Amino acid sequence: MSIKKLASTERQMREILTPEGVTLKVELAQTGDRAGAVLIDLLLLFVGMILGALGIGLTTGFAGLGRFGIILILLLLFLFRNFYFMFFELKWQGQTPGKRRLGLKVIDRFGRPLSSEAIFARNMMREIEIFLPMGIIFSGSATGVSGIMQLFALIWALVLVFLPTMNRDHLRAGDLVAGTLVVREPRVKLAADMLSGAEDEEKSAYSFTVGQLELYGIYELQMLEDLLRNQSLEAAAKRQTAGQTIIRKIDWPDRVTHGRMDAFLQAYYNALRKHLEGKLLMGTRKENKFDKDVGGRKN
Amino acid sequence: MATHHSKSYQFRKDREGGWQRLEALVLAAEKSGIRSLSAKDAFEMPHLYRSALSGLSVARAISLDRNLVDYLENLTTRAYLLFYGHQRPAGQAFIHLMRYSVPNAVRAIRLELTVSTAVFLAGVLVAFFLVLGSPDWFFTFVSPEMANGRQPGATAEQLANVLYQRDGTADGLDIFATFLFTHNARVGLLAFALGFALGVPTLWLLFSNGATLGAMFALYHDKSLGMELGGWLIIHGTTEILAILLCGAAGLAIARHYVFPGRLSRMEALAHHGKQAALVAFGCITMFLVAGLLEGFGRQLITSDLARYIIGLAFLAMWGLYFASRWPAPDEDGTEGAR
Repeated sequence: MSIKKLASTERQMREILTPEGVTLKVELAQTGDRAGAVLIDLLLLFVGMILGALGIGLTTGFAGLGRFGIILILLLLFLFRNFYFMFFELKWQGQTPGKRRLGLKVIDRFGRPLSSEAIFARNMMREIEIFLPMGIIFSGSATGVSGIMQLFALIWALVLVFLPTMNRDHLRAGDLVAGTLVVREPRVKLAADMLSGAEDEEKSAYSFTVGQLELYGIYELQMLEDLLRNQSLEAAAKRQTAGQTIIRKIDWPDRVTHGRMDAFLQAYYNALRKHLEGKLLMGTRKENKFDKDVGGRKN
Repeated sequence: MATHHSKSYQFRKDREGGWQRLEALVLAAEKSGIRSLSAKDAFEMPHLYRSALSGLSVARAISLDRNLVDYLENLTTRAYLLFYGHQRPAGQAFIHLMRYSVPNAVRAIRLELTVSTAVFLAGVLVAFFLVLGSPDWFFTFVSPEMANGRQPGATAEQLANVLYQRDGTADGLDIFATFLFTHNARVGLLAFALGFALGVPTLWLLFSNGATLGAMFALYHDKSLGMELGGWLIIHGTTEILAILLCGAAGLAIARHYVFPGRLSRMEALAHHGKQAALVAFGCITMFLVAGLLEGFGRQLITSDLARYIIGLAFLAMWGLYFASRWPAPDEDGTEGAR
């Protein structure tokens, strides 16, 4: 219970069901990251537009094709504006340069494959999320609406712009209609199994009674795992205090010296994990130390 | 005795090789695309993925090694993103979109198209008869800047001049074309965007645009220039008005399926029907481009009424054929699974 809560405050996780029927946890992209990604993309887009327009303008200017050049430029702007996002998300599996920079990725919200339709749909909506509000603000009457209608359009456009801050999945209008979700790219970290290292050398040095192993649950076990994996100096200090607490709690009869503490904790971790996993196989999950012995109730 | 090795430890030891192999493949595929894998690797990868996925299920049930569960979670998610990410090359995806998805999406919103057309026509008729009855109504429907001199009291000569570009303003015509393109595309997109506001403003926008047209018609009809205005409008109007109607219909479709999601949840309904609507709107952007070109070039260069009517109606027929065409679509990558 407490683990879940902890995880949800640090990072927002969402579950998606794969076609194979297994749920996977994905980390939701932060609104700030998404705003950053879109800013990078818009910047690239505008730079591309300006360079392209300059290029065409100069070449057609020298060739004396003035009006033709302007048409080409307008067409180029049209293509950039409409296809920049679509092109990259199609090509890079749901990533644009901005998203790639910030480690974000588009996925299907319902666990299905990300279809090209979804990519077209979610990026078509940018037209009304980014370019329409810009149009209304900078050239009011050019939208063909006026007066009260224009005010309404502006309010509505702003609602669309701030939509991602108004729902818990940070969905923008494009995500809503396309059924997509923007997540953080998962990063892999594989450490050695905690049971493997100390297993052989220390196996007989410490042995614990069942009573001594009944005191803690999964939450404490995994806290201990984190402490043992952590190589930093402060973690070493924390291990000493944690070790003292455990020794007191389980009434460990012998003195454990400062230097032997890690070995002791490792041995306790091994024993506790085997104990808890053994109970797990029998269908009993002891979540934490406050979880009363569920196995006892069953008998 | 093997009891000093826990089950979870042994489980990991047995499977670890496969996971690491998958990790290497995933890394390679992420770097240079899933298509870059050799045939053997590409064949092996789905098996490794499934076995890692089942490993994750087992690990969640029996292992308390958090790092292991996290690792498998990450690895399978990355593999999942590779397998179920977007696979089709961009160019092919675009062709597929224009050939199958857009016409299909348009057919899916037939009902809304009927409604948006009816509302638009109602606007035309109401304004037409009101202005015909009393010209004072004209500026209720047409803003002065849009009227551009075409107003009650103008002579038939003045009105006709606009239609045939006799005042020599044709110089800036090509710039004009693209300007108009952006303007009308915005009206359409606004009609679509306002569908999110449950459709009422969309209806109003359609009605008022229809009314502008109706008022203009009344003005010209009064001077017996109705047919000529028709030619002036129809050359690009069939394309442009159809696109506006489609955009409005797409907006209405979003509103309808949000209010009445049917058997799906609201979010699912929005995702499914909203996607269709967005594809329609995307098709409309293309139509606005065509309309802008027709308006800018076609209308200025072709001043014969008959030719204008023929071109306009030909385009209407073309759009009709395009949207009605049912090519047998190849398997789309699971989009239809939501039904």
